Amino acid sequence: MAAKVASDWLNACSGCEIAIVDMGERLLTVLDLVEFVHLPALMDHKYYGQMGDGAHLSFPEADLGIISGSIKNEEHLEVALEMRKKCGAIIALGTCATHGGIPALANSWSNDELFTRYYSTETTDPCDAVPADGVPPLLENVSALDEKINVDIYLPGCPPHPDQVFGALAAFLEGKTPELPTKSVCDTCPTKREGKGKIGKLRRFLQAPQYKGADEPLDQMRCLLEQGILCMGPVTRAGCGGDGVVPRCISARVPCRGCYGPVQPGGNQRLDMLNALASNGIDPASLPETVSMLRFSGGHGMLKPARR
Amino acid sequence: MTETRTIKISPITRIEGHASIAIELDDAGNVADSKVHFQSIRGFEKFVEGKPAEELPRIVTRICGICPWHHHVAANKAVDRCFGVKPPPAGQKLRELIQTIAQAEDKLLHFFFLAAADFVIGPDADYAVRNVIGVAKANPDLAKKVVQMRYKAKMMIEKFAGKAIHPVAAVTGGFAKAMTEEDRKLMLEGMREIYDFARFTIDFAKKDIFPKYMDAIQSLGVINTGFIGTVDSAGALNLYDGKIRLMKADGSYTDFDVQDYTDYLGEHVPSWSYGKFPYAKSWKEGFSLDIDNPKGIYRSNTLARINVADHMATPAAQEELEEFRQLFGRPAQATLLYHYARLIEEVYACEHAIEMLEDPEITDPNVRAEAEPKAGRGVGCVEAPRGTLIHDYSTDDNGLITRANMIVGTTHNLGPINMSVDQAARSLIKDGHVDEGILNKVEMAVRAYDP
Repeated sequence: MAAKVASDWLNACSGCEIAIVDMGERLLTVLDLVEFVHLPALMDHKYYGQMGDGAHLSFPEADLGIISGSIKNEEHLEVALEMRKKCGAIIALGTCATHGGIPALANSWSNDELFTRYYSTETTDPCDAVPADGVPPLLENVSALDEKINVDIYLPGCPPHPDQVFGALAAFLEGKTPELPTKSVCDTCPTKREGKGKIGKLRRFLQAPQYKGADEPLDQMRCLLEQGILCMGPVTRAGCGGDGVVPRCISARVPCRGCYGPVQPGGNQRLDMLNALASNGIDPASLPETVSMLRFSGGHGMLKPARR
Repeated sequence: MTETRTIKISPITRIEGHASIAIELDDAGNVADSKVHFQSIRGFEKFVEGKPAEELPRIVTRICGICPWHHHVAANKAVDRCFGVKPPPAGQKLRELIQTIAQAEDKLLHFFFLAAADFVIGPDADYAVRNVIGVAKANPDLAKKVVQMRYKAKMMIEKFAGKAIHPVAAVTGGFAKAMTEEDRKLMLEGMREIYDFARFTIDFAKKDIFPKYMDAIQSLGVINTGFIGTVDSAGALNLYDGKIRLMKADGSYTDFDVQDYTDYLGEHVPSWSYGKFPYAKSWKEGFSLDIDNPKGIYRSNTLARINVADHMATPAAQEELEEFRQLFGRPAQATLLYHYARLIEEVYACEHAIEMLEDPEITDPNVRAEAEPKAGRGVGCVEAPRGTLIHDYSTDDNGLITRANMIVGTTHNLGPINMSVDQAARSLIKDGHVDEGILNKVEMAVRAYDP
């Protein structure tokens, strides 16, 4: 008897769904083991019945619900609540679902400010009112999934590596809880750390870091933070490299920006990073701004509109 | 006996965005009105304000998880202009190469995973089997090949550039790392295999799919519009850089530099969609979605690019284009031809990626110029899978973003999608007769645009 799975995307970009599709041949294995009952990216089950005549948004029952994206409008909330009701377990897939993700950067502004800019750009014709006919009203802010419903399994990442998506699904199908790395990106980073240097200041990533060339192994390159480049590795959960382990951005010779969210579920990446810098004698004022340190985890009330 | 009612197709499925369709029937059971509601608004134009410009290419990728490379590259181009930095040739080439490989895998994704079920399983089939899972069960060997080819493309990108989805490797002033000879050889081998599969795919579609659906192609969602796309100085389709060509429905066109895009394009705000509807302001005819007399309406994405290009810059794609034009003329208007155009572009993307990988300069270690933050303005543009993608930023003296405007590939098509849905609904729903197959065909008019 195949496990029934329902999946939906809320305030999301579809990257998490592409990560599922990017499992390669493992995808065909998964498709053999589960029966999808709702999956808007790939199949045609509808909220209001197949003839579009239902009065309420309704989901079939499922053993597992996979939700990507955060919650920003009334329909996102309705879908999340309905899935919670109909699904045995809920996986929060991706950092938007677990912590708010990039779209939660919007939490620094009010909806009026978002609308005002969007509907008055250089190319936009003047309009009398924000569109409201047949589109779901916005909620006050962007929420991570567990601010609105209970979540059983967290799978952060922007997007989660396909290896981890497969691992989580395989574990669930065996009746186990998927185990995620509990270390930081730094703990899994092969670059060379030489202890506390005398950096004092951080520079923006506008010049290449020091390393001998594309052929040089990563473990010969000095830690980017020790080179004076902001890297969010110390305050970010490991796992982005999938089974290959090496942090993905570092392997491209660019610094981590925190896409797996905080190391501890309730952590504050900005506060933790500022503390890490201070304890190493680095002046955070050398950075042009620090709000971006919460670019992946601005849900849970971390980012709020400034008083303007 | 019928009555006034509204059919709500929600969500539109096997597309990337969040949208629904509302079809209003009059008391005779015919279509009085149909609207497509685009439901997503995330506020990127606002929330990037105050962020360091060089960080934007790693933020705006989240506009779309299917085409993040295109946002990544367009944003980098815009930031380069703000800071007045020019990437070295190999830096430009690496950006273009990975963008082109990403374009190639995107086409396979759409054709096989999202669209194929309507053609291979059939538009009227039960929804439980009319999907990629059904396609895989009916053609296990083909399904295996498709996932292998996409996996190969994505893993090639991941191995070289760190992240395939939400990339990081293009940076202000160029690219973060150079390509080694070993990288080049592996990628070249991979792309040659994907090219063979692209040739197989278009042959398969021309033989087994398009002929069967010629009636639908000639009728479903057909509207009459202009087109937009990017061409090089010789008029060939170019996905990475060039002049923007804005073509009217009669085939006449104007070429312009994307830095001047605000003189040519406007965006209308409808009352029923968060997504705005771009139109050709420079035609000076205003805006109207009237199917019989549209005003200012043009389309983007594959069919648009194939229509505006004088020719294709690679031999196999050029042969395919000639064959296509013999059958459908220029500009071709039939909406389902987006699928055919998509496969021609797939061939081009593979050929072009191979060309670039055969260029010894691609492994030049000089891939990045140093930049300094400063005040400026820059417009960056590439052809994303879904159309002409424009990122326009301004920065202050510290190189922080003060203003951003973006017109995303699919956005150009939001008005035309409304028109195609209206056309499909009116021609298919008569005297109250409507069934699941008919409603799916209305959605097929949307899926062709791959929004």
